[in-house]
Amino acid sequence: MAVSVLNTLDPRSRAAARGWSDLTIRNVFIIPTVLFLIVFNIFPLIYSLGYSFTDFAANRNVPWSFVGLQNYRELLADQRIWTNFVITAKYVIVSVGGQMIIGFGIALLLNRDFPFKGVVTTLLLLPMMLSAAVVGLFWQLLYSPSWGPINYILGLRSFGLLSDADTALYAVAITDIWMWSPFVMLLSLAGLSAVPKHLYEAAAIDRASSWYTFTRITLPLVAPILMIALIFRTMEAFKTFDLAYVLSVQPTTELIAIKLYRLAFQQWDTGRSSALAYIVLIMVLAITNIYVKYLNKVKER
Amino acid sequence: MAAVRTSGEIAFNRIAIVAVLVVMVIFLAPIYWIASTAFKPRALATTVPPTVLFQPELTPFVKLFTKRVQQTKPVDPETYAAAPWWEKAVYDGGERILKVGDSPQLSPYPDRFANSLIIAISSTLFAVGMGTLTAYGFSRFKVKGEADLLFFILSTRMLPPVVVAIPMYLMYRAVGLNDTHIGLIILYTAFNLSFSVWLMKGFIDEIPKEYEEAALVDGYTRMQAFFKIVLPEAATGIAATAVFCFITAWNEYAFALIMTNRRAQTAPPFIPSQVGSGLTDWTVIAAGTFLFLLPVAIFTFLLRNHLLRGMSFGAIRK
Repeated sequence: MAVSVLNTLDPRSRAAARGWSDLTIRNVFIIPTVLFLIVFNIFPLIYSLGYSFTDFAANRNVPWSFVGLQNYRELLADQRIWTNFVITAKYVIVSVGGQMIIGFGIALLLNRDFPFKGVVTTLLLLPMMLSAAVVGLFWQLLYSPSWGPINYILGLRSFGLLSDADTALYAVAITDIWMWSPFVMLLSLAGLSAVPKHLYEAAAIDRASSWYTFTRITLPLVAPILMIALIFRTMEAFKTFDLAYVLSVQPTTELIAIKLYRLAFQQWDTGRSSALAYIVLIMVLAITNIYVKYLNKVKER
Repeated sequence: MAAVRTSGEIAFNRIAIVAVLVVMVIFLAPIYWIASTAFKPRALATTVPPTVLFQPELTPFVKLFTKRVQQTKPVDPETYAAAPWWEKAVYDGGERILKVGDSPQLSPYPDRFANSLIIAISSTLFAVGMGTLTAYGFSRFKVKGEADLLFFILSTRMLPPVVVAIPMYLMYRAVGLNDTHIGLIILYTAFNLSFSVWLMKGFIDEIPKEYEEAALVDGYTRMQAFFKIVLPEAATGIAATAVFCFITAWNEYAFALIMTNRRAQTAPPFIPSQVGSGLTDWTVIAAGTFLFLLPVAIFTFLLRNHLLRGMSFGAIRK
């Protein structure tokens, strides 16, 4: 990077000679951030890659030994880990699917002029402003079988949505949908408001049906931003820890991130938990990559 | 849209407004439940059927902020009934929860709340500051491997926190950053930085380069042009980015749980730790949650006009 190529002005000009050179400014602005992210993200990752081949335990001062791929082999052969992945997959599909449908649906409703639009939009964002841990805690009260308002309204009497093994995961997903649909709504609104109005006017002149207008104009133009919402929410849902950890202690709600936390900070099996972390990381990267490829396709259309 | 509307469209609009109202009720009911429980007498927090209308009181907040005294004599019901509302705040049911005369001892909550404020504000300032500079660098100068670098920056956000948490915990323990404010500030800055760079690049790309060129011709240096021309133009973007960084840092739970235990603990891990076994006082937890929501709600409300723009990531502008 010896030569700085300026794309705004001639480096031989008078302006470039005054004060810091553009090369200096570029380096001073960019390099600290990149270094910072390397130290606090890449460095730890290399560390944990190292640990994943050992039987190291962070809370004991005993010597550790290199065990090669044993951690990975054992994890991948462990039926219980796969159960955690299946739970996570179910959770991601239900909660992200719900958020996309509800969030986009609300955005369609809000995408018109009506009184207090700004206030209504801000109020609807309140759920995502709360800490997931605190949300989890409070929904325990809402779901309570004996005096929770949800059971009362649904007439469920003493059926515990959270304590029943079959419904617990969906109860957690519903809370997640409540919390994060506003995020999808916000992104969708940004997308909807960017659709050029003249397209709708043209469609109206052609007497196009509203279904046709929706599927041929609205949807294709909003698709890229819906994909971005999908990528972010899938990534986040796959890593969900706090909400489920606080809300429920059922074995049927043990998401992979919770399993990871237990392995690392309750059983102090640092080596094995690092290996599991890597398996999760590779999965997230793979899923994100598929999405990003698809996003680029959607954008090209 | 000054176009003439058909009666069908008007009817559809009415239906949509009703639907928006229904959505509002469903989404805000849990928030209302938190807020109202924070002002309930303890006995009304867990009644069947759930209590909707009640005489609000401030007792939960007094309990949240102070260490309660062990049992004192119950107060005479008539004295209690005659007391004004600000005095009722120190009674739970009919019992005094603060000592008379002595200055009350504070509970850990104010400390945790202050920690949250210090850590969230500082890390937001760092993340937005560094992110703005870096975004400017990427936006205005040619950088070798720009696309790869930007993807690397984004990828730091894809990792599950627990993946980074194990080695971070060991690193922090080795250098003594465990359970310190600085430790959490650094972590949250790292966490928000990728987001901040991506958002800010979208905003700065939109500011015409001609503005700076004109300033340079007028004799400004590049730095002066950046501070006097670009930064004011990017103010909207900076505000939106700050809202998102603040929300994330304010609410973070996993790292705070793992990396802190007393000195630097923030409120998100603290509030759930107050759930006792069996006799949980939900009014106190609701009061803590309600207060915790306030700063971020106010902050968001003040900057609400920038949010829509902020969320589009430059994805649809081209």
